[in-house]
Amino acid sequence: MTDPTKDPMNRRDFLGRAARAGALALGAGAAGFLLRDSKGPAAVEAVPRVTLPDFSIASEGSKLSIVTGSDRVKTVRRAVQALGGIETFIKPGDRVLLKVNAAFASAPSLSATAHPDLVAEVTRLCFGAGASSVVVTDNPINDPQSCFALSGIAKAAEKAGARVILPRPEYFKPTTLDGGVLIRDWPLLFEPFEGVTKLIGIAPVKDHHRSGASMSMKNWYGLLGGRRNVFHQDIHTIIYELAKLVRPTLVILDGTTTMLTNGPTGGSLDDLKVTNTMIAGTDQVAVDAFGATLLGKTAADLTFITKAAEGGLGTVDYEALHPARDHVT
Amino acid sequence: MNIILTRRIAQVFFFVLFLWFCVVTTVGDRWFQLRGWPVNWFLQLDPLVALGTVLTTKTLYAGLAWALATIALTVFVGRFFCGWLCPFGALHQFVGWLGKRRRRHAERVALNQYHPAQVVKYYVLAALLTLALFGSLQTGWLDPIPLMQRTVNLFLLTGVEGIGAANRVYAGVWVAAAIFVIAVLLNLWIPRFYCRFICPLGALFRLLVRWTPWRIGKRQGECSGCELCENHCEGACDPFNRIRIRECLLCMNCLRACRKTLMTYGPNRSAAGEEERTGVTRRGFIVTAVSGIAAVPAFRLSGLLGENWNSGVVRPPGSLSEKEFLKRCIKCGQCMRVCPTNVIQPAGLEAGIEGWWTPVMNFRAGSSGCQLNCIACGNVCPTAAIRPFSLDEKLGRGEFASRGPIRMGTAFVDRNRCLPWAMDVPCIVCQENCPVSPKAIYIEEEYRVIRNGRVVIKAVSDTAIEIESVGWKPDQLATGDYFLRIESDPDDERRQIVGNTADSIRVAAGNAWAEPPAEGDYAVVEVRLQRPLVDVQRCIGCGICQHECPVSGLRAIRVTAENESRTPSHSLTVRSVN
Repeated sequence: MTDPTKDPMNRRDFLGRAARAGALALGAGAAGFLLRDSKGPAAVEAVPRVTLPDFSIASEGSKLSIVTGSDRVKTVRRAVQALGGIETFIKPGDRVLLKVNAAFASAPSLSATAHPDLVAEVTRLCFGAGASSVVVTDNPINDPQSCFALSGIAKAAEKAGARVILPRPEYFKPTTLDGGVLIRDWPLLFEPFEGVTKLIGIAPVKDHHRSGASMSMKNWYGLLGGRRNVFHQDIHTIIYELAKLVRPTLVILDGTTTMLTNGPTGGSLDDLKVTNTMIAGTDQVAVDAFGATLLGKTAADLTFITKAAEGGLGTVDYEALHPARDHVT
Repeated sequence: MNIILTRRIAQVFFFVLFLWFCVVTTVGDRWFQLRGWPVNWFLQLDPLVALGTVLTTKTLYAGLAWALATIALTVFVGRFFCGWLCPFGALHQFVGWLGKRRRRHAERVALNQYHPAQVVKYYVLAALLTLALFGSLQTGWLDPIPLMQRTVNLFLLTGVEGIGAANRVYAGVWVAAAIFVIAVLLNLWIPRFYCRFICPLGALFRLLVRWTPWRIGKRQGECSGCELCENHCEGACDPFNRIRIRECLLCMNCLRACRKTLMTYGPNRSAAGEEERTGVTRRGFIVTAVSGIAAVPAFRLSGLLGENWNSGVVRPPGSLSEKEFLKRCIKCGQCMRVCPTNVIQPAGLEAGIEGWWTPVMNFRAGSSGCQLNCIACGNVCPTAAIRPFSLDEKLGRGEFASRGPIRMGTAFVDRNRCLPWAMDVPCIVCQENCPVSPKAIYIEEEYRVIRNGRVVIKAVSDTAIEIESVGWKPDQLATGDYFLRIESDPDDERRQIVGNTADSIRVAAGNAWAEPPAEGDYAVVEVRLQRPLVDVQRCIGCGICQHECPVSGLRAIRVTAENESRTPSHSLTVRSVN
C-alpha cells in the first residue's frame, strides 16, 4: 500500500479525512447539545436530604427507671432491667448505634463525657441481647481523635466489641426537620446510621451556662455538623428541635457524678458532685426533667424541657410515669 | 551479594524506614502510632542539625548526639550517609536514573562530569553556618533531612487516606512543596543535581572526608579509558582521572562498572591521583561569610525581636522566647505533624524571614484549639525549640503550681463583632468551650431593650397584652431569652415571654400580673444577654474559644500573644499571675 501522505491527490484519503473531521465536529456538537444549560446555576445548590428514622418502640410507651448506686455497671444493668430488660429494646440481629457524649478531650474522671465503663456495659448488654453490631459515634467539639482517646470511650467500646466511628466531612448529609425553624438543610452525622435499627443515647448530667443543663436531649447536638455553634443564639429551640428530630429507642442519663459548675467542660474535680444516680427511659423529656433535680434545678427552670413537653415529645411530670426506683450496692 | 545490591537495599531500607517514621508520628499508643518509635532519628543523625544548634546555643541537645556517630563513621569510611542512608539522596538517585536511562554512553558521561558550579554548595554551607554563628539558625531551608521531613509529613502524606496526616491543612505549604518538587525535578536535567550543587549537609560531609583511611580509587594510573566508571558515577567525582575524593558519595557504581576491575575501595589513594581541593576561593568565602554576618542584623532590622514584635505570632506551648526559639527551630515540621488538632501551622512571613516555616498557632485551621491535656509538640521537637514539658508544667500543677499554667497568649473579645456585645444576640459559645477550670471566660448578664421594643399597651388579658404591630413574627420572642416588663409595674418584674403574634405578647400562666397594666401604659421587650469577658489571670491562650466562635470569618474572640509565658516582657498584668 502506498503512503497516502506522499500522494498529493488521493480520493480515498480525502474522503477518509473528511469523514473523520465530520465525526469530530458532530461529536463536539452532540456533546455540547447534551451538556447545554440555558439557565445557569441556581443561587443555592439543592442537595438531596436525609431523614432519621424513628427508633422508638411505640408499644413500650413512656417508661423511666431511677437506680441509685456508685457502680455504673451495676446501676445501668439494674436500670435497664427495671424497664423490662434489654431484650425489650434490642432484638437479635439489631444493629445498634450508641450516641455517646464525647464532646471534650478530657479524662473520664472529670465527667465531661460519657463514662467508658457505662459505654462498655451498654455495648455488652446489646450484644447479650443478640445485637449483630454496635456502633459508637459522636461529632465532638474538641479534636475527635483526642476526645475518643482521652475520654477512654474508644478503647472501652472497642474492647467490648463495638465499632467506633469518628466523624468525617463526607459522613454528613443535610436534613430538614418537618415544621422546624432552625434545622433546615443542616448537615447531620448520618453515615454511621447506615443500616442501624436501634438508637441509644448515653450522656452525663452537666451544667451548661447557656441552656441551663446538658443532658439527654442536648446530647443530640453532637449529631449536627457545620458551624452548629450559631444555634446557641436560640439554644432552647435547637434542643427542642433536636429532640423532635431524634427519636431514640432508649436514653441513659448518667448522674453518678454531676457536673454542677464550670460546665459543660468542667476540668476540675471541684466542679463535680457525687449524686450516685442512673436514669434510663424511653421518654427523654421525663429523663431530663428528673436529671434537672440532680443539678438542683426544676424542669420549669429549663425552657427547652418546657418547650419539648409542650411540643408533645414527652412529659415533664416524671412521677406520673411511676418510675421504677431501686438501689444497688 | 554484590556491593551495588547491598547499597540499593540499604537505600530502600532507610527510605522506607524514613517514611514509616513519618507515618507513625501520630499521637497514640498503638503500634502504628507514636508510642516509642524514634521518629526523630534521621534528624538526629544529621550533623548539620547538630552543628547548627551547637553554633547557635553552644550546647548539643539530647538525641542530637547521634550525629557524632554519623561524623565518626564518615571521617573513616567516607560519605556513606549521602550514598547509602539519606532518603532525599535515594529519591534523587532514583529520579536521576529515570532521567538518564534512555541516554547513550557519551551523554551520560557528559552528564556526570564535574562542573565548576558544584562549588556553590560550599558557599551555601558557609552562609548558613555564619548565620548560625550569629544566632539565626536557617539550615532547615536546605538541609535535606528537615526539608524531606516537612515535605513528606505536611505535603505528601496529607493525601494518603487512613493515616494520621490525612486530610490536614497546612497554610502556605506550597512554598515548601515547590522547593521539594523543583529539587526533585532537577534530577531530570542533571542526576543528583541537589546533592552535587546545593546540599549544605553534603558540603559538610565533604569537609569531613579529607583524611578518610578508606576511599575509592584506581588500582593503576593508565587504563583503556572506556569511561564506564563515569557513565555510572553518582557524585560526578571524576573517578577516571584525578578522583575528586570529596565529591565521591560511595555509590560504588564504578567498582562494578569497570570491566577490568581497576576501581577499588580500600586503603590506597587512587593511582591516577586525587583532587582534594574544594574549589572554594578565599574571595568567595570572605564574600559569603561577610554576607552571612551582615544578614543577621539585616533580618532583624524589622524589629520583630524587640518593640515591633508581632502579637499575631502565637507559638505552641513550651516554645522558648523568640530569640532562643530562632536559634533552635530547624523548620522540620515535626510539631505540626504530631499536633493532634492540626492547629500548629507553618508561619509565612509573619514571624519575619527568619521565622519562615516555624510553627505558629492558627486557631482557624484544624479541628480545635490547643488541647488542654496534650504535650505532644514539646516532646517531639528534636531541638527543644519547643521544650519538652510535662502535663503538670503545662497545667501549672504540682511543683509548678506557683508558676501557673503555660500561657500561649490571651483571648480578647472583639466587642464590635461579638454577637451579644455588638448585636444583642445571645451566644456565649466561647464561655462554654473554655477548658480551664474555673473558666477564663466568664459572663456578665444584662437585659437590653430590643429594637422597637418599647410598645404601647392597647389591651390586657390575664397573661397577655395587645400592642400596635411592630412586625414580629409569631413566636419570634418565645425562645426563652425574651422578657416583658411593664414600665408602670412597681415591682419592675421581668416575665419570660412564652408566645407572641404580630400584635400580642403572652407570658406563662404562672406568671400572670397581680395588678394588670392599664391601657396606654408602656411595656418593654428585653433580651437576656450573657456577655463574655476574659479573666486575664486564668486565660492560657489555647484558642479553643476562637476556634469555636460562630463568627466564622474574622472571629469575635481572638488569641494574640500578649501575656505569653515565654516572654516576661509581654506580660499584661502588673501582679504575678498566681
